[in-house]
Amino acid sequence: MKAFDYARAADLPDAVGSDAKLIAGGTNLLDLMKLEVETPDALLDINRIGLDLIEPEGDGLRVGALVTNSDCAADARVRKDWPLLSKAILAGASPQLRNKATTGGNLCQRTRCGYFMDNQSPCNKREPGTGCAAQGGFNRIHAILGTSDACIATYPGDMAVALSALDAQVVIAGRSDSRTVRVRDFHVLPGDAPQHENVLQPGEVITGVTLPAPVEGVQIYRKVRDRASYAFALMSVAAVIRMDQGRIAHAQLAFGSLAHKPWHDPRIEELLKGETPTPALFDKAADLLLEDAKGYGANDFKIPLARRTLAAVLAEATGV
Amino acid sequence: MAHTPAARIAVNGTYHDYNGDPRRSLLDFLRLELGMTGTKKGCDHGQCGACTVHVNGRRVNSCLSLAVMHDGDEITTIEGIGMPDKLSALQKAFVEHDGYQCGYCTPGQICSAAAMIEELKADWPSALTEGVASNPVPSDDELRERMSGNLCRCGAYDNIIAAIKDAMGKEVAS
Ligand SMILES: Cc1cc2nc3c(=O)[nH]c(=O)nc-3n(C[C@H](O)[C@H](O)[C@H](O)COP(=O)(O)OP(=O)(O)OC[C@H]3O[C@@H](n4cnc5c(N)ncnc54)[C@H](O)[C@@H]3O)c2cc1C
Ligand code: SF4
Ligand code: FES
Ligand code: FES
Repeated sequence: MKAFDYARAADLPDAVGSDAKLIAGGTNLLDLMKLEVETPDALLDINRIGLDLIEPEGDGLRVGALVTNSDCAADARVRKDWPLLSKAILAGASPQLRNKATTGGNLCQRTRCGYFMDNQSPCNKREPGTGCAAQGGFNRIHAILGTSDACIATYPGDMAVALSALDAQVVIAGRSDSRTVRVRDFHVLPGDAPQHENVLQPGEVITGVTLPAPVEGVQIYRKVRDRASYAFALMSVAAVIRMDQGRIAHAQLAFGSLAHKPWHDPRIEELLKGETPTPALFDKAADLLLEDAKGYGANDFKIPLARRTLAAVLAEATGV
Repeated sequence: MAHTPAARIAVNGTYHDYNGDPRRSLLDFLRLELGMTGTKKGCDHGQCGACTVHVNGRRVNSCLSLAVMHDGDEITTIEGIGMPDKLSALQKAFVEHDGYQCGYCTPGQICSAAAMIEELKADWPSALTEGVASNPVPSDDELRERMSGNLCRCGAYDNIIAAIKDAMGKEVAS
């Protein structure tokens, strides 16, 4: 690990505008610092700035940036009205990691692309302009949607997939003011600058996430992975589905580990709305999702896997 | 170099001041600075659970945390859970059930299990269930999910689960 200066922020103003790298739970940052993929000169510890409460906001809920994943998943209000979020968090990492992982840090976790993490292969994300070893390499976990010539990495997390389906907002404090960004717009596609994974600007701090008013319906988080627990998703589906008299009255869907961001395609929700659930309808939904899907060899299987997983989730949610 | 703030860390009830290199992980602090080698280093990347300790009562991977970040925290390691002359109920159950082969993962398993039992009492949910406070000894699948942050390279899982169930059952009975 490269040497760095360490300081503790006493409050939010201390942290906003800092040039230092923020450290919260440290479960992603320290991992990458040990590999020297991340080499900050200075670390600013934000664990003592507060922002560790879950509080009502309007008809919704505000989850502070420093709320741990464990506390968020165990919160009675979250479990009752936004169970999707609790389920997605519990599908990720391990109990020990969730006890440290924070809401803000989880949103900002970096890709698990092996070439990014090995710190020696060509990688446009780690070292812009060097190429992308994953294309033509071992790319089983990589993206099939929204990729670019520069990078085919995925956003690997679970929590943000649920937040995208729920249409939650990220609250961000900056040097001059604070702003709110939909989770759906927080992460970005790789394009020709895959070193950028989200819209955070230097000096900005995530202060929390706001959940909109609860929506009625069945909430399902389905994660497909190589072992039953403690593994990242090969793909995941987050779904909120409400039925009314045998028809789909309302649908909110997001997909994990298929792209550089939690994938949300409003056309699928529109397509499902008002329809009677049938396998043929689910297939049409998958057609839309996968319209522009592209495999890179080892990850070709994700295309049929996404189709089947979406169908399984829709069948479960609608009782077909 | 900017001034590195000292961290005063309570380990099993004894205070220690740390003023050294901020790169020191909590795990290396315990093993190398304090000579408390019960806590093990398996992967050093959060992937195995061998380094599990309690921070303010919660189980965490001590390899993915910096010692300097623990100013004011109370750490409990396997040495604080029980020593050979005074084993905890979980430790006794691991011995009785052969909850190990090589024993390398065992301190992490026991620290993890001890915290898991408290999580169950607090009715925390898991990926499998919405909370099992009503069920004093949950199913094997439930325990496996809740213990999934601890790998055992020797594959002693069946006996680990048997030991945990036994210790939990005895606690319920007493
Ligand atoms: C073995 C292993 C398995 C895992 N499995 C899963 C899994 O299955 N699913 C899953 O979703 N995740 C998984 N994770 C990832 C884990 O969820 C993340 O490491 C964790 O959520 C990161 O949170 P943190 O608070 O520890 O972040 P840190 O490591 O402290 O920070 C991560 C990044 O976020 C930035 N940051 C932190 N807080 C803020 C803030 N408030 N404002 C702005 N920037 C901020 C930091 O500067 C840093 O760049 C796994 C991790 C490990 C090690
Ligand atoms: S997929 Fe992205 S992160 Fe992985 S090697 Fe290519 S550029 Fe780097
Ligand atoms: S040594 Fe910490 S999880 Fe493996
Ligand atoms: S007993 Fe050997 S690793 Fe678990």
